[in-house]
Amino acid sequence: MTDPVLRLEGIVKTFPGVRALDGVSFSVMPGEVHALMGENGAGKSTLMKVLGGIHQPDEGKIYVGDTPAVMSGPLEAKAKGIVFIHQELSLATELSVAENIYLGELPRSSFGRVDWSELYARTDAILKKLNVGFNARTRVGTLSIANQQMVEIARALTVDAKAVIFDEPTASLTDAEKVVLFDVISDLQASGVGIIYISHRMEEIFKITDRISVLRDGQYQGTVNTADTDEEKVTQMMIGRKLDLSRNAAHHELGKVALEVRGLTCGGMYEDISFQIRRGEVVGFYGLVGAGRTEIAETLFGLRDPSAGQILLDGEEVRISSPTDAIAKGISLVPEDRKGQGLVLGMNCRDNMTLPQVDDLKAGPFVAEGAEVAIFDQYRDKLDIRTPGWKQQVGNLSGGNQQKIVIGKWLSMHPNVLIVDEPTRGIDVGSKSEIHKLLRALAAQGYAVMVISSEMPEVLHVSDRIVAMYSGKIMRTFTSEEVTEDSLIQAISGLGGERAA
Amino acid sequence: MQPGALSDALKKGAIWGFIVLELIFFSVAGEYLALSDKAFMDYENMLLLLKQSAPIGIIAIGMTIVMINGNIDLSVGATYAIAAIILLDSMTWTVFAGLGDWVIPVSWLLALAVGTFLGALNGLIVWKTGVDAFIVTLGSMLGYRGIVFMFNGENPTSHLNWTLVDFAEAQFLGFHTATWFLAIVTVIIWFVMTRTVHGRNAYAIGDNREAAVNAGIRVGPHVMINFAVIGFLAALSAVVFYSESGSVNPNDGQLYELWVITAVVLGGTKITGGAGSVIGTIGGVIAIQLLRKGLGHIGADTSTVNLVIGLILIAVLVLDRQLNVKGKEELKV
Repeated sequence: MTDPVLRLEGIVKTFPGVRALDGVSFSVMPGEVHALMGENGAGKSTLMKVLGGIHQPDEGKIYVGDTPAVMSGPLEAKAKGIVFIHQELSLATELSVAENIYLGELPRSSFGRVDWSELYARTDAILKKLNVGFNARTRVGTLSIANQQMVEIARALTVDAKAVIFDEPTASLTDAEKVVLFDVISDLQASGVGIIYISHRMEEIFKITDRISVLRDGQYQGTVNTADTDEEKVTQMMIGRKLDLSRNAAHHELGKVALEVRGLTCGGMYEDISFQIRRGEVVGFYGLVGAGRTEIAETLFGLRDPSAGQILLDGEEVRISSPTDAIAKGISLVPEDRKGQGLVLGMNCRDNMTLPQVDDLKAGPFVAEGAEVAIFDQYRDKLDIRTPGWKQQVGNLSGGNQQKIVIGKWLSMHPNVLIVDEPTRGIDVGSKSEIHKLLRALAAQGYAVMVISSEMPEVLHVSDRIVAMYSGKIMRTFTSEEVTEDSLIQAISGLGGERAA
Repeated sequence: MQPGALSDALKKGAIWGFIVLELIFFSVAGEYLALSDKAFMDYENMLLLLKQSAPIGIIAIGMTIVMINGNIDLSVGATYAIAAIILLDSMTWTVFAGLGDWVIPVSWLLALAVGTFLGALNGLIVWKTGVDAFIVTLGSMLGYRGIVFMFNGENPTSHLNWTLVDFAEAQFLGFHTATWFLAIVTVIIWFVMTRTVHGRNAYAIGDNREAAVNAGIRVGPHVMINFAVIGFLAALSAVVFYSESGSVNPNDGQLYELWVITAVVLGGTKITGGAGSVIGTIGGVIAIQLLRKGLGHIGADTSTVNLVIGLILIAVLVLDRQLNVKGKEELKV
């Protein structure tokens, strides 16, 4: 039995109010591909940050080989042979491929000069292994996102790595590029490197990994041999039973179709999207990050121009050219990033709520304070927003109440279609169910509601119908009666489609 | 041709194309409007133009590397004035009285050392406090200018050393001393920025600071070195100019920072950092100098010149933005 290259023992990490990691232990053997799985928020990225020295663990130890290691930062992790391939690109786009791959470690010759021939030779050798269509001198900014991801991957090959951590490496790769990536991984394996592979995509996990470790709510659920398990079992380990996965049972009376989309396509982000939302209906969009859901919402709100397809509001085809246009046509978007895109944190509750219509609320040249307060009071009562008064700064409210302010802001514009993107991200459990009730109540009042969410319990709770998306395509549409957790997970992992086809 | 290649080529060559346009325009317009009957594209006139470009040009080279690095330095004009005073005044100090003409290199070194120190001080504050360079150098711009006035009140500081004047007015291979200094500085800094690890890291820091930090590049020292370099170059610019003129007013160098930034931006350096070149900056400097001289040649006054340069700067940035718009599926802002 060989010793593991990397071993974690009883890692505990707490953030105020949350136990993000609770006694996580697992080990990576040399030459092994070890999958790390779990739902969004299960603690995978926190664990990787602990490993990379960005967070220090409260308890527990990290061993590299058989020596305990304290990681003080990404550099030290790299020096110890732990290399991270991040999902988010960390590249300088104006520089060449070679300079990016050796960023911070450019080979030198005399007088602090860059040794260009050495740099290009080494880089081209790596790129040859990766079999990519660009060379060391290409400027990174001219490459596609997928090729930029390959540059990021190439960084793993510059050092003598002991363990390489791939975080969703295939999120933006095409099938042909995936094959190359898997070749790279098996090369690394053959040379005795341990690999941690984080992915949501079941088919990849079962294709290339040896063992699977599962995290759920910060707790280590166990490690299984990939050969001894199947998708059903892993899915069960991931979602567990204790989550409230009750489905929405009550349906409201449905009105006519408020929003219809036919064959909508936007560049490489999503294609051939068709769906309908009726008045009184909540339609949940479920899928992995990057499946194209937010981009659809942005298109409907006039932030992107579709390259093909039609958008119909109340049966009439429309062109939505800008958010102002969308608001005028009765579409409102509650954005994903509440603090960054939805609110002005330093402004008070009332001003935030009336922000989009402040132009219309005028008494002569001045803002009509009275009318503004009236609007705020109306929606505070309607949405049950708990704040000491309208003068309170929004930044001081709880997440749930902040979200209600954003929703109230858009309701006061009297929309027909309300799009909410990740409505309960970063909101505590109690407020979550309040927001869920609110969304149901809004549908009951005749709004057509589109909910984008990455949390399965949430989609199951609020939706009359669920649209499952996978890499820019609709895989399947479920009614709340027929949906099961397993079928939903499979659909968003790209498996449901293959089965149907 | 790859997408973006055309706009890249346009951007890189644009400033030189603009210079050619200026030359043609002023030569033709000069025929009808000029106050003198001398041609605009006269050999002597062009040599003079290069010489006059040198003071702004030398500082602009320094500004280019600071801006590529993602910072800005507003204090260069004040540093320039301080270095000029040190240069001229130190030649009269009694401690150096026995040196004869050997006082010249001593005064030069003194002025350059002070400039480098002032620049490095800016860099150190930006590094250690993390305050935005714009604010830090806005403060030092006022502070350094205050020192200038403390030195001699409103009075000019003068000292003429004829050996020095002879050196400054000399021509070698036709080019003036100042032009040579500009050329040498350009070559050295071009080499540093394109060929050395320091230069490439400076680009990386300006382009994606987080990526640079993740890759283990120590941002602070690079920032400080670049500020020290611009301080040195501001002082060098003063040394070159005041060796000849021999008299410095406490207001000298005011608004230099704005002329310098204008030239750098016209030359294609991104104001947010990460992209740009010293060669482009030289283009920007020459384009501005041509415009000033050319408009003067056809009889426009200073205010008209400023108006025109301002309009051109805005037009260039608008054009640059248009060329950089990506596919229509991009998220609109």
